[in-house]
Amino acid sequence: MMQQLGQCFNENRKRRTFIKSLIEYKGLLLFVLPGFIVVLINNYLPMLGVIMAFKRVDNTLGILKSPFVGLDNFKFLFMTDAFRITRNTVLYNLVGIFIGLLLNLIIAITINELLNKFLARVYQTVIILPYFLSFVVIGYIVYAFLSPVHGFVNFSILPLLGMDKISWYTEPIYWIFILPLVNFWVYCGMESVIYLAAITGIDETLYESAVIDGANKRQQIVHITLPMLTPVMIVLTLLGLGKIFRGNFGLFYQVPLSNAALFPVTDVIDTYVYRSLVTMPDFGMVTAASVYQSVVGCIMLIAANMLVKRISPQDAIF
Amino acid sequence: MKNKSRVTEYNSISGFSNVVLNACFIVYSLACILPLALILSISLSDEASIINTGYRFIPESVSLKSYAFLLKDPNMIGRAYAVTIFIMVAGVVLNVIINSMYAYAISRKDFPFSSFFSIVILITLLFNGGIPMFYYVYVRILHLKDSLLALLLPGLGAGFYIFVMRTYFRQNVPVEIIESAKMDGAKETKIFFSLVLPLSLPILATVSLFSAIYYWNDFFNSLLFIEDRKLYNLQYTMQRAIMNMEFIRRQLSLLASSSASQISRSVSSQVPTETVRMAMVILGIGPIIILYPFLQKYFIKGLTVGSIKG
Repeated sequence: MMQQLGQCFNENRKRRTFIKSLIEYKGLLLFVLPGFIVVLINNYLPMLGVIMAFKRVDNTLGILKSPFVGLDNFKFLFMTDAFRITRNTVLYNLVGIFIGLLLNLIIAITINELLNKFLARVYQTVIILPYFLSFVVIGYIVYAFLSPVHGFVNFSILPLLGMDKISWYTEPIYWIFILPLVNFWVYCGMESVIYLAAITGIDETLYESAVIDGANKRQQIVHITLPMLTPVMIVLTLLGLGKIFRGNFGLFYQVPLSNAALFPVTDVIDTYVYRSLVTMPDFGMVTAASVYQSVVGCIMLIAANMLVKRISPQDAIF
Repeated sequence: MKNKSRVTEYNSISGFSNVVLNACFIVYSLACILPLALILSISLSDEASIINTGYRFIPESVSLKSYAFLLKDPNMIGRAYAVTIFIMVAGVVLNVIINSMYAYAISRKDFPFSSFFSIVILITLLFNGGIPMFYYVYVRILHLKDSLLALLLPGLGAGFYIFVMRTYFRQNVPVEIIESAKMDGAKETKIFFSLVLPLSLPILATVSLFSAIYYWNDFFNSLLFIEDRKLYNLQYTMQRAIMNMEFIRRQLSLLASSSASQISRSVSSQVPTETVRMAMVILGIGPIIILYPFLQKYFIKGLTVGSIKG
């Protein structure tokens, strides 16, 4: 009895302090309000829509009244396109992460060694330029090179090599190389900046003592620079792996100009979902692909973060 | 001091490798610039010469017809510019205000709901409902199809910016300043706008620039929500012009017909569609390409803070 009374009293006090802090911090609560509303609309309302993946959405009935169909939408997805779009998304991301890492490191280390620091800064400014272009513009650039009718490659380069014209936008095989190339062209300049910042942060005295010990440049890079960069490398790689189920819509939709002939090698989950949204009348089917991506992606991110936490706790995202 | 500089001197790469590396970076730099030069060259070419020689880095014969065509009628690209600039300005201002206020509140250690509102944002970074549900909310529930709000709202409240700003406030705004201002009876709004924000200009610049680029380069939201020709922004106009060959021809022949008062196939076939599209790209790349070299330290700051603590 006494215990119950005490508990009741405690509850009451808790509620009272809660209300008191609501009043005391009403200024800060007003600060979070606009952002909270935006996030509610952009992120939380759509999350409720996950339920659609388990329904056959009938537009005349609305979401709530549409009949449940269990896992039928997912079954359909896995019987048809799931393998192709998952393979494309994951493989392009793996290439982007690992070859990208190598390229970023090479760029950062070599640009740091250039004797003329002014030139180094000029190069750095120029190589981040592609990062600022939209994928519509990048699509045009690729088209200017590869257009079957007027393209620079077909018109000026292939004849020089004595080769026949190539119909770039109908031959999937080439895009396995074109897409990663464009990806590196856009992002490597900017990403190498992160490594460059880490390199300039390395203690200069480490190199000085290495020189006194007679270490040459290559040895310094292998034994000082790379080990010092390892934490950054690990964190960025794991974060990349965490996003391995997300495809870059602009790259995979706009650069191949959404050509159906190229879908076997250009279709990733994101482009597939968008196209299904536009063409398929059933929201349930479309939602299933998207929910599949979100759930697996979320698991990957949490797993990646757990690994980061174990390796270097201060770099974990949460 | 002298000793140190001698060591660095000794520790530099050889003159030969320096030349080789410089050569590599010149090639890389050209690879970043020349593609844009190709677009520029096409836009300055004569339509007829393109049919003969294809797209080239140096136009066979120069013509400014494409630009004249684009700029003649404000409906052609002026409207798209207006939509893009309006959305960009509104988006940047709202993003900076909304995100910095949110980030400031959760950066305050004494705010009892700070961890709750941090988790609210963290969840949005980990899990999203996906595009179909997002589309459903915007179109079926909020009825935002064909409205400017559909271009503005999706870019607001990005968790990434909020966390970057929160970290910045925690590291750069001393708690003592806030506490003493509170003791003096200053209201939260006053503390924020007259004490915290002036101390945080670099991070505000970073967030403004990233969100300006997001809005300028965005075509995805138009792809989802915009059908009304009047609300096409620059990127979407360009996107339509390359995805749908007929689009630009129709667009231009409408112009031709309105100026020449009669529609004829011959008129529309004389329209320099190839070069006009590329001129549109040059005009659509935007002011950022001229400005970024001067602003790059803010981008780099955002990347180096954000990539690790994202």
